[in-house]
Amino acid sequence: MGVEGIGASVVRKEDRRFITGKGRYVDDIKLQGMTHAHFVRSPHAHAKVKGIDSSAALKMPGVVAVLTGQQIVDDKVGNLICGWAIHSKDGTPMKMGAWPAMAPETVRFVGQAVAVVIAETKNQAKDAAEAVVVDYEELPAASDIRAAIAPGAPQLHPEAPGNVVYDWEIGDKNATNEAFSKAANVVTLELTNNRLVPNAMEPRAAIGDYNDAEEHFTLYTTSQNPHVARLVLSAFYNIAPEHKLRVIAPDVGGGFGSKIFIYPEEMVALWASKKVNRPVKWTGDRTEAFLTDAHGRDHLTKAELAFDKDNKILGLRVSTHANFGAYMSLFSSSVPTYLYATLLSGQYNIPAIYAEVMGVYTNTSPVDAYRGAGRPEASFVIERLMETSARQLKVDPAELRRKNFVTVFPHQTPVIMAYDIGDFNASLDAALKTIDYAGFPARQAKAKSEGKLRGIGFSCYIEACGIAPSKAVGSLGAGVGLWESAEVRVNPVGTIEILTGSHSHGQGHETTFSQLIAERLGVPISQVQIIHGDTDKVQFGMGTYGSRSLAVGGSAIIKAMEKVEAKAKKIAAHALEASEDDIVIENGEFKVTGTDKSIALPMVALAAYTAHNLPDGMEPGLKESAFYDPSNFTFPAGTYICELEVDPGTGKTSFVNFVAADDFGRLINPMIVEGQVHGGLTQGIGQALLEGAVYDSTGQLVTASFMDYAMPRADDVPSYKLQHTTTLCPGNPLGVKGCGEAGAIGASAAVINAITNAIGNNKLEMPATPDRVWHAIHGQA
Amino acid sequence: MYETHYHRASSVEDAAALFAKGSDAKFLAGGQTLLPVMKQRLAAPTDVVDLAKIPAMIGVEVSGDTVTIKAATTHYDVATNTALQKTLPALAHLAGMIGDPAVRYRGTIGGSLANNDPAADYPAAVLALNATVKTNKRSISAEDFFKGLFTTALEDGEIITAVSFPVPAKAGYAKFRHPASRFALTGVFVAKSKSGDVRVAATGASQNGVMRVPSIEQALKANWSASALDGIKVSADGLMSDIHGAADYRANLIKVMAQRAVTEAG
Repeated sequence: MGVEGIGASVVRKEDRRFITGKGRYVDDIKLQGMTHAHFVRSPHAHAKVKGIDSSAALKMPGVVAVLTGQQIVDDKVGNLICGWAIHSKDGTPMKMGAWPAMAPETVRFVGQAVAVVIAETKNQAKDAAEAVVVDYEELPAASDIRAAIAPGAPQLHPEAPGNVVYDWEIGDKNATNEAFSKAANVVTLELTNNRLVPNAMEPRAAIGDYNDAEEHFTLYTTSQNPHVARLVLSAFYNIAPEHKLRVIAPDVGGGFGSKIFIYPEEMVALWASKKVNRPVKWTGDRTEAFLTDAHGRDHLTKAELAFDKDNKILGLRVSTHANFGAYMSLFSSSVPTYLYATLLSGQYNIPAIYAEVMGVYTNTSPVDAYRGAGRPEASFVIERLMETSARQLKVDPAELRRKNFVTVFPHQTPVIMAYDIGDFNASLDAALKTIDYAGFPARQAKAKSEGKLRGIGFSCYIEACGIAPSKAVGSLGAGVGLWESAEVRVNPVGTIEILTGSHSHGQGHETTFSQLIAERLGVPISQVQIIHGDTDKVQFGMGTYGSRSLAVGGSAIIKAMEKVEAKAKKIAAHALEASEDDIVIENGEFKVTGTDKSIALPMVALAAYTAHNLPDGMEPGLKESAFYDPSNFTFPAGTYICELEVDPGTGKTSFVNFVAADDFGRLINPMIVEGQVHGGLTQGIGQALLEGAVYDSTGQLVTASFMDYAMPRADDVPSYKLQHTTTLCPGNPLGVKGCGEAGAIGASAAVINAITNAIGNNKLEMPATPDRVWHAIHGQA
Repeated sequence: MYETHYHRASSVEDAAALFAKGSDAKFLAGGQTLLPVMKQRLAAPTDVVDLAKIPAMIGVEVSGDTVTIKAATTHYDVATNTALQKTLPALAHLAGMIGDPAVRYRGTIGGSLANNDPAADYPAAVLALNATVKTNKRSISAEDFFKGLFTTALEDGEIITAVSFPVPAKAGYAKFRHPASRFALTGVFVAKSKSGDVRVAATGASQNGVMRVPSIEQALKANWSASALDGIKVSADGLMSDIHGAADYRANLIKVMAQRAVTEAG
């Protein structure tokens, strides 16, 4: 309804302030009497902290306090938690080492904080931090998975023998082994899913503000989920009781998952503000982001696919080692288990699946959810396997996939997920047509005559989004429910405020959510204000990640909106002396159907608040709230096809074409969806070609700046060709599935499949740098 | 950044005097290396003497068979100089490939040479073109100027004032960019002088900074064509090896970039 309703590519409301420099981020906030924090961080990957001498630092200009890990322990501030309990094969709970916000005794990764200096200015805090003398006794470090599980490896935590957090399994082992024993062909692949640094544009920042008179705390923080932050800070970290803590996440410049978690720095800023009785600001710099933001991915996997003589899949067997870094971050345990192995079935009918995952501690930054979180790793495994299988079985990769597609819905996989709906042939067909697959051999031959190696690669991804049905995740070990809440307030003059527990940090919620209201009421989106990111305004919410905001948060808005409409119709019917069943809402008017009688929304709203003439017994006001808990995950899916050329002289990859055919269900704002897909694809391509966090054998981060960590630039990525096929999600009232992570989930396999196709060598690790590709073409020197 | 004292010099002599007064002074030209390093607290000069606004240090002069680029001339001004584009287009092309637009508007040829980053572009041109580095004290031949990683023949307080390049018969530059930094993972400048001498210099490759490549020079002297290098294998000995390029890969890039530079030179 209306030009700004569902399906309209409305220009984003929030962009005016962002592109004119008027966004208000944590670092823009300046409070009266505010001090500045700078952390003293470990230069060692593994060491005992034998002593900290802050006497010289305390005498330096502007220094207010130097606080140490021992003080945070003495104040009984809780250790950082991991909110998802995973059990090993033998039934034992995961084995977690303690993670205090600042290390009192042992540091386990480079960059871990041991103390914090609070000073009048940031520069004074930095100067004094250099004067804090920490006496370290260095210990041997295990800087990657292989080093950590090797015999005699350095032991990180006494609680986790052999550095193993858990040894988990899913699926039917016997049935899968039996499938392999009957197989006509088995395809085996060893894969590395490279470690990534999220690199949101805005580094993390926090201001703790303790109000002594009220004994009340406020935390301004770069969070994707401020309510969860408040819950954890109060219930587990004992810094402030929930009703005495307000968490505000104002404009936030990107998160990609890395700002879901409550980090030590935010805890310390809040705790320290009471210690010094002044506001304490910490704004991380880019180096701190590289060293201490939770990284993503980092799997080593062996995977096998069994086929019958007709090339139908019989079974899938996967064994993965996942790197957790030095400590278990907030949702880290769930990422390589329930967010990964449950998606290994891909778009295919696979009768038997068995996967085992060993989670491992290493002397590196903690690893947790990063755009896609487990699902990119799963998609990479099954889609690299399918492409490899097509080559090994000498069949067309599109046809091998088609032969094994799930075509009947709902479909129960052997690994928990029940796909509700989809049409995998439709997205494959759309992508094949757009890229002109039939014309590829001729294009490849022409490229060859010009000295270029041309390749094409597929990725038919599926993801589980709309995270998540609370009961289901609770049964799998989650410590929280994953519903969402919303409140719709119609003001007395007819303008509308939507309070949502979702949090926008680049996704465009202020526009998309407003469009939901425009659709229902026919009012312009300029009359709608979206309020989020403040625990004093929004009652509760679970935040934004897992492509959940529209499917779950938007559905909560619709639920609250339905209540508002029902009441407004009663008021309108009363005013118009009609039956409420005859009231329809059009273009901001409540009309009596079949008549010319109507009353405008502002008059209904005014009537609700003046309460002079309401139906008998009706409460005044026009404001409703709702909680929405999804009944299932949503299952966005699609086909990506990448066509590229490799320069055999340099190993450099150049894109020729990249087609993304996605099924996201109903699109609310197609322009915003396209932007999300572009960003996701770029991150997926970044993983495939450019990005890789590398620690040396001593645990120093080699790629600790953009001089060595290659972020994709505009000229690294192609001009994408996007297609949409649509099956409406039956699980939510909007029919939406979510679009935020798809690109990052599906792109990397398509790229690697295309390069390996081009060069005729299937052994190629990500990032497929020119150096690696050149060596894969020419062999090791 | 630590506290420092900033001085804007009005002349080369003024700059030298200001430098001598500081206890641990540094010259600042475009600031594309010094300022990031200071911001990261990895350098703490007591005094910073800014050369970028000294009129006598800015400009490009083409006179007969010599091109002179004054030291504080920005990469942008070199890249867009029409006289240079006609006389020594490979050098203008090189300047236009340095960094990104923001870097090119600030960075200078003198700053680049004095810093002698092993992956900087200008050192390859200076060495291959057999240029002369002029300072406030003397003239230094390219051969004598580069002394290894971030090391030059410059003495403490010595200021590069200009670089003079003999105009070659043919010249070309091709670089393969580092995926992250966009510096030269390997860049090769090829030049054939009017007397027929061939010099080839590679940047980004050697553990000792910019280097000449004799095997390629000999092959091109015999036959100035990309195909003349088909059978050449550059040794990987002494080349850098890191996560972005192993030594053997860089050795290959020296050859491939030399071929592309020759093709560009015509």
